[in-house]
Amino acid sequence: MSFHPLMPYGEGWHKSDRIVAAEGQPFAFTPDRVRQLEEICGKYPPDRRKSAVLAALYFVQEQQGYLTANAMRHVAEFLRITPAEVEDVATYYVMFYRAPVGRYVLQVCRTLSCALGGAERVVEALSEKLGIKVGETDASGMFTLMEFECLGACDRAPVVMVNNEYWHERLTPENCSKFVDDIKVRGEAALSGCYLKVEN
Amino acid sequence: MEPVLTKYVREPNSFELDFFLTHDGYQGLKKALAMQPNDVIEMVKASGLRGRGGAGFPTGMKWQFVDKKTPNPRYIACNADESEPGTFKDHLLMERNPHLMFEGCLIGCWAIGAKVAYIYIRGEFYHVQKILEDQLAKAYAKGYAGKNVMGSGWDCDIVLHRGAGAYEAGEETALIESLEGKRAQPRIKPPFPAVSGLYNCPTAVNNVETLCNLPSILTNGAEWFARLGPEKNGGPKLFCISGHVKKPGVYEASMNTTLQDLIFNYAGGIRDGHRLKAVIPGGSSVPILMPDQLDVPASFDAVQKAGSMLGSAGIIAMDETTCMVWVAKNLMHFYAHESCGKCTPCREGGDWLYKILDRIERGEGEVRDLDLLTSVSNNIAGKTLCAFGDAAATPPLTTLKNFRAEYEAHIREGRCPIPADWRAGTALAAAH
Ligand SMILES: Cc1cc2nc3c(=O)[nH]c(=O)nc-3n(C[C@H](O)[C@H](O)[C@H](O)COP(=O)(O)O)c2cc1C
Ligand code: FES
Repeated sequence: MSFHPLMPYGEGWHKSDRIVAAEGQPFAFTPDRVRQLEEICGKYPPDRRKSAVLAALYFVQEQQGYLTANAMRHVAEFLRITPAEVEDVATYYVMFYRAPVGRYVLQVCRTLSCALGGAERVVEALSEKLGIKVGETDASGMFTLMEFECLGACDRAPVVMVNNEYWHERLTPENCSKFVDDIKVRGEAALSGCYLKVEN
Repeated sequence: MEPVLTKYVREPNSFELDFFLTHDGYQGLKKALAMQPNDVIEMVKASGLRGRGGAGFPTGMKWQFVDKKTPNPRYIACNADESEPGTFKDHLLMERNPHLMFEGCLIGCWAIGAKVAYIYIRGEFYHVQKILEDQLAKAYAKGYAGKNVMGSGWDCDIVLHRGAGAYEAGEETALIESLEGKRAQPRIKPPFPAVSGLYNCPTAVNNVETLCNLPSILTNGAEWFARLGPEKNGGPKLFCISGHVKKPGVYEASMNTTLQDLIFNYAGGIRDGHRLKAVIPGGSSVPILMPDQLDVPASFDAVQKAGSMLGSAGIIAMDETTCMVWVAKNLMHFYAHESCGKCTPCREGGDWLYKILDRIERGEGEVRDLDLLTSVSNNIAGKTLCAFGDAAATPPLTTLKNFRAEYEAHIREGRCPIPADWRAGTALAAAH
């Protein structure tokens, strides 16, 4: 069976991997986050609290590391929308984790400019160093390896983002082992950052 | 051309409000506030400013379309989603010159009668967002935003809105959906955002660089701006050059500058011992130009005439170590991954194209795959709600057009014809 006359349409050709997050522990935002989130909601029209859903999901991640069904229901109640609306968003954007991740999530850019600079080899080197495949977390729970699409800093290829926030530029395959060891010791401080050094 | 947008970016504290204020900061806004909103729109129209987000649509005209008679609020949505592969100019502007963007947002709001500008910044730019938050708070504290802007009696808010990783959120109607707290999926047009956009209210979606051009238009005049470049391609332009060049980076130049000049002079040419093979001149969504097609001004119109598009001005240069099937596969992975899933041709077709390219690249392709690639691509392009479909069909079509022999060699020899040890991305490439 095929949608296209020249196209074999068999096993594995259709992608659908709807994953609903696990129930998880009972969840409620800390009072501080409640206050901050109310402030964010105030930046949108009063009947448009839904606009704050991405901010709310980031807060969940900040508070417990990843999204759970309980947390998403809490977000829905908070924003006065349905849990399905929250799930809809949570399953779409790549920066939300729906399962536990390591303490450091290495998000390696794999798109063209970075790939021209060796990003494929960087992924291989990190994968070998950590003993995991892309998408996995290592046994110590310290590192998760992910591939990301163009991060918008192609002149400093290959680029790696860590934990949705910190950046490291020009990571070469040869430096990957040291890179990982440095993070183990110094955490985020081991990263070069992406505060532009203008050098044109 | 003397830089306008990036004149001060090398100064260590160029992002600070105090620095900005001592370097003509907020003077364009001051001028605008002394004018009638409609006159501001006329001035921007006269300048010929065209959108820097990709489509090159005249900004003044977009603002004119904004429904001014509606009783509803109007909005500016600043597109800071910058996700087109090969593009990193807004990144630089925001990191080093955030107040220029704020000033542009405020001028835009004044012109169309909006009281809020939402800046939609991609989630990955959180390090930039922190700078923006900091500087925005300073702008509020000193009366450059919020209540009674610059003592004019006019109130205008600027809100930073963090995305969460979705290329499609850069498409203007998908950006609006995302601002409303939904999946970043495009809407059917018409109605265009200028009539019904954010919260179903008239909205102008403008790119960061576009807005950053407004202050200098206000201070130096429309004619000055128009004369900086070729006809209908006026003003300063930022070019992002990456790939196999000696000095990748953001370069500001007039659109009179040729692509050749940008690659070989500004960016220092191709790394030593190698020669240019192909160029993507406007971000990954546009057709490839060959080395003999580069002697054209890097303007919206001239690049289009040469058979490609200036797009987001993300210039990616590739040398002879680059396998073009691999390039198409790499970009197809991007489009298959980023398809929002709303339109069937793009959602299904993108994934098919990736799988076909993958098997050709691994040496497992068949001759009939080439027709299949063309057929599937042509069934995506022009058949989707937004321009993503055309973009997704481009990598296979443009590489097939220019490098068909390379595809055939993969199929014939059952492997990549470029020796493994000097293929792009190997240790040799990392030495650049
Ligand atoms: C798939 C897709 C992605 C886009 N991504 C961006 C983007 O990241 N940044 C941007 O400014 N424009 C992007 N655009 C173009 C916008 O739709 C829109 O044309 C632009 O923001 C308008 O601003 P301008 O007139 O100032 O260029 C994208 C368009 C499409 C079809
Ligand atoms: S391709 Fe990696 S940052 Fe753009």
